[in-house]
Amino acid sequence: MTDKELRVSKIRDGTVIDHVTAGQALNVLAILGIDGSGGESVSIGMNVPSDKVGYKDVVKVEGRELSQSEVDVLSLIAPEATINIIRDFDVVEKNRVEQTDTVRGILVCPNHNCITNADEPVRTEFEVLGDGVRCAYCDTIIREGDVAEHIDARGSGETAL
Amino acid sequence: MLQDHLISAAHLSRDDIEAVLDHAAAVDADPEFVRDRHDGRVLALCFFEPSTRTKMSFESAMKRLGGETIDMGSVESSSVKKGESLADTVRVIEGYADAMVLRHPSEGSAKLASEFVDVPLVNAGDGAGQHPSQTLLDLYTIRENAGLDDITVGIMGDLKYGRTVHSLAHALTNFDVRQHFISPESLRLPRNVRYDLHEAGAQVREHTDLDAVLPDLDVLYVTRIQRERFPEEREYREVAGEYRIDNATLAGAADDLTVMHPLPRVDEIAPEVDETTRAKYFEQAHNGVPVRMALLDRLLGGEQ
Repeated sequence: MTDKELRVSKIRDGTVIDHVTAGQALNVLAILGIDGSGGESVSIGMNVPSDKVGYKDVVKVEGRELSQSEVDVLSLIAPEATINIIRDFDVVEKNRVEQTDTVRGILVCPNHNCITNADEPVRTEFEVLGDGVRCAYCDTIIREGDVAEHIDARGSGETAL
Repeated sequence: MLQDHLISAAHLSRDDIEAVLDHAAAVDADPEFVRDRHDGRVLALCFFEPSTRTKMSFESAMKRLGGETIDMGSVESSSVKKGESLADTVRVIEGYADAMVLRHPSEGSAKLASEFVDVPLVNAGDGAGQHPSQTLLDLYTIRENAGLDDITVGIMGDLKYGRTVHSLAHALTNFDVRQHFISPESLRLPRNVRYDLHEAGAQVREHTDLDAVLPDLDVLYVTRIQRERFPEEREYREVAGEYRIDNATLAGAADDLTVMHPLPRVDEIAPEVDETTRAKYFEQAHNGVPVRMALLDRLLGGEQ
């Protein structure tokens, strides 16, 4: 990874999420619940040329190390992503996202008649399938390519907890 | 073994199903041996939308087991009308009863409710989702009339929103059954049910025309095409007429075809079919009592 490819400056401490599927950077932030209100300094590269995947997005979060479980849900929209933990400008840890079995509190069920869309104290829960996810309550399936459309804009995927 | 709750037919194994059906057959043959087994126990009937058959058959089943039922009444007269959540409602009612039957208009409601109670809970219909106790009585009826292996079953009508269809399709994957689904294009099985059937390796075909498959069927399960699903009355009329059966329609069927329907019917089965030996839908409805007696008996710990 070179500075030229990234087109954004290096960070001192934090997390670089690299090889994100082109066009998904903002959805990555939504999944991680980063909307700027937490004070993190965030840099985003979108449609950055990549020898490996053609074009990619890159997300850099300054001053925050994301846990492995936190980034695993990224596999839904960025299955090829790599997670680099940066300390004092050096990469001290490099991980790939891993497919999770279940995603809780990240997505909104597209079935308006699903009980998770009523005013109930329930967190959404989706089983991860080979090519999408499935609501654990009403069984509605969201295909892989449509998952990003159903990320909870509030970043909680829950009601009245 | 059955779990503590009965939420979806997808959770039922062949052993679970056969255990309930065998027990139901024993109850049917001699109701006396379970009479008073659950004396003093209380079943709560929580129906958030109207029901006649399901509600009354659960009520009858519990009373024939010696127990009692309590009823939350109509939604309009309950605290639900005041805005109480389902989670709160079932947590309160749990304190009044030893088991609970829930019907609710939202998909996934039974799963949600089961997460808030410890007493056994039976899903008696959650929106367009599942209706597993109906499936058990459907399977009982099929077994009595055609057996449950090496048979061909046609399921016709509103396959998209028909919860009895979704439950039955799941349950039949436990048996050696060829499943044919007949419906208008707009009312085909939902994606999740087709996914499960595929994953289970079920033998499944979809059709828009009953004639294409009728001669091969051992069982024809008819469901109501619901008028309210169509934006215009004319569109409903055009489609519904295609999926109505009478004796002329059934002329090409096997003589021992078993015709079923979860009821209520409107006009999808002509009354003249009632007079034939093929008509099993009233027998099917009556089977609801012994099957639900067997189910409740197991969930309440009377029979393992």
